[in-house]
Amino acid sequence: MAQPEAYISGIGQSEIGQRLTRHPLLLTLDAVKQALAEAGLTIGQIDGVSTYPGKSTGYLGFSPVGADELVDALGIRATWHQGAMEISAQLGAVAAAAMAVRTGQARHVICFRTVYEAAAIARPEDYPSSRGKTVEGFSQWFAPFNAISAACWVAQYAARHMHRYGLTREQLAQIALTDRANALRNPAALVREPLTMDQYMAARMITTPLCLYDCDRFTDASTVLIVSAGDALDEVGCTPIRIAAMAGSVERHSWDQAEWMASYATGPDLWKQTDYSVADVDTVQFYDGFSFLALSWFEALGFCPVGEGGHFIEGGRRIALDGELPFNTFGGQIGAGRLHGFGFAHEAVTQLRGQGGERQIAGDPRVAVATSGGGPLAAALLLARD
Amino acid sequence: MPRPVPRLDSDNRPFWTGGAVGELRFHRCADCGSFIHPPRPVCRVCLSDNVAPEAVAGTGVIDSYTINHQAWYPGLEVPFVIARVAIDGAPGVYLTSNIVGCPVEAVDFGDAVRVTFEQQGDIFYPLFEKTG
Ligand SMILES: [Zn+2]
Repeated sequence: MAQPEAYISGIGQSEIGQRLTRHPLLLTLDAVKQALAEAGLTIGQIDGVSTYPGKSTGYLGFSPVGADELVDALGIRATWHQGAMEISAQLGAVAAAAMAVRTGQARHVICFRTVYEAAAIARPEDYPSSRGKTVEGFSQWFAPFNAISAACWVAQYAARHMHRYGLTREQLAQIALTDRANALRNPAALVREPLTMDQYMAARMITTPLCLYDCDRFTDASTVLIVSAGDALDEVGCTPIRIAAMAGSVERHSWDQAEWMASYATGPDLWKQTDYSVADVDTVQFYDGFSFLALSWFEALGFCPVGEGGHFIEGGRRIALDGELPFNTFGGQIGAGRLHGFGFAHEAVTQLRGQGGERQIAGDPRVAVATSGGGPLAAALLLARD
Repeated sequence: MPRPVPRLDSDNRPFWTGGAVGELRFHRCADCGSFIHPPRPVCRVCLSDNVAPEAVAGTGVIDSYTINHQAWYPGLEVPFVIARVAIDGAPGVYLTSNIVGCPVEAVDFGDAVRVTFEQQGDIFYPLFEKTG
């Protein structure tokens, strides 16, 4: 018997801001209600919940709402739920939900990612960081050398790319410039000011070669995607978007022992799951918590050869909103805010449904790729409107 | 400014305290010879548990680096160099560390480096300086 397919039905997003005062559970509720309304579903029809990375006790702003909590808070009778960090990457939570509906564990799964990092920094009394006096786990291999931020780890991959393949800052700039240009057409985006190449080149360095504009910013928001089973679509009122393939491969779970980031294993593995190829893709939404990660996804997924990412995006025409491969049409995390992975799938669905408004790409887009992660974290979804 | 302190356990103690006797140590499999980092009691190549810490020469080559300009916490002095050092004699093992003892502009890909330990309490931080 053929397994039912998995689809994304309703999607929703709360206000995106910094230092918001609305409770993070209520931001999640805002996104849930929007997604339910779009799908024509009621909360009583939801029987699954999936999130990444689960409630974060070490640093509450990173993930202030867990799957257990949402089940209980919204009165959901769940036949399946999960909220784990040890999964391929942020969008691995969506992939897990797809597996749940394909195996009959649930029919309609709320997948959510709620971030509250800007608010938590502003109100540490309510959202404390309980980081201890010592570092352990994988942090012990970075923090003692003051490689505190993921920026430091990604920078080493970016610097090596420049050294080995000749990537330039002017080429890399096209990630941030495209993000920021697209964010100007997204009324919900966090950063709505133009960015020029001159501003980029003059920006202060965070950690070479990454400058201020190569990095996303702490954000408060919640994003929801409902994953529905193919045999439950008669209950869904919006255009379903099929999860045509998904992948999340890793060869070494480490930020410094691996020659390549996990994206480079994940990209080829995605195409093994489908008859679609890169030529069929109408738009890409690539994780850009740091700009270089997005550049690496172009290579990893085979849009260009490894090492050619800089040439591929040079000048920015190809990946512009009206280019041949529109990229991060909502502004990515650099423009729209650090939605932490889920924004890319949310936007892919928006574009495939033709609901992008001022930023809607031309033609009749039917196939999109959404990714999340960097370093040892990688998840890719191929989304299609049949 | 004191460095963040790793919490010592049975796996990582040989690494973080080897500097007390001037040794940069990594776990090594006695059955197949592979080095294992981060330190764990199993060889990821042959699954042997016949694994023990072993000193290496303490030299290496800069595989990649970044000049960090952002003060991630109050009091952190910038700029400084974070590098990924390929460890001589331990194929496939890299250490993220700092390059010290030279201006940040003097660091480059392929530079030969040698370990130098910085003690803070029980911990001997393996930092690297350029040789020659
Ligand atoms: Zn072995």
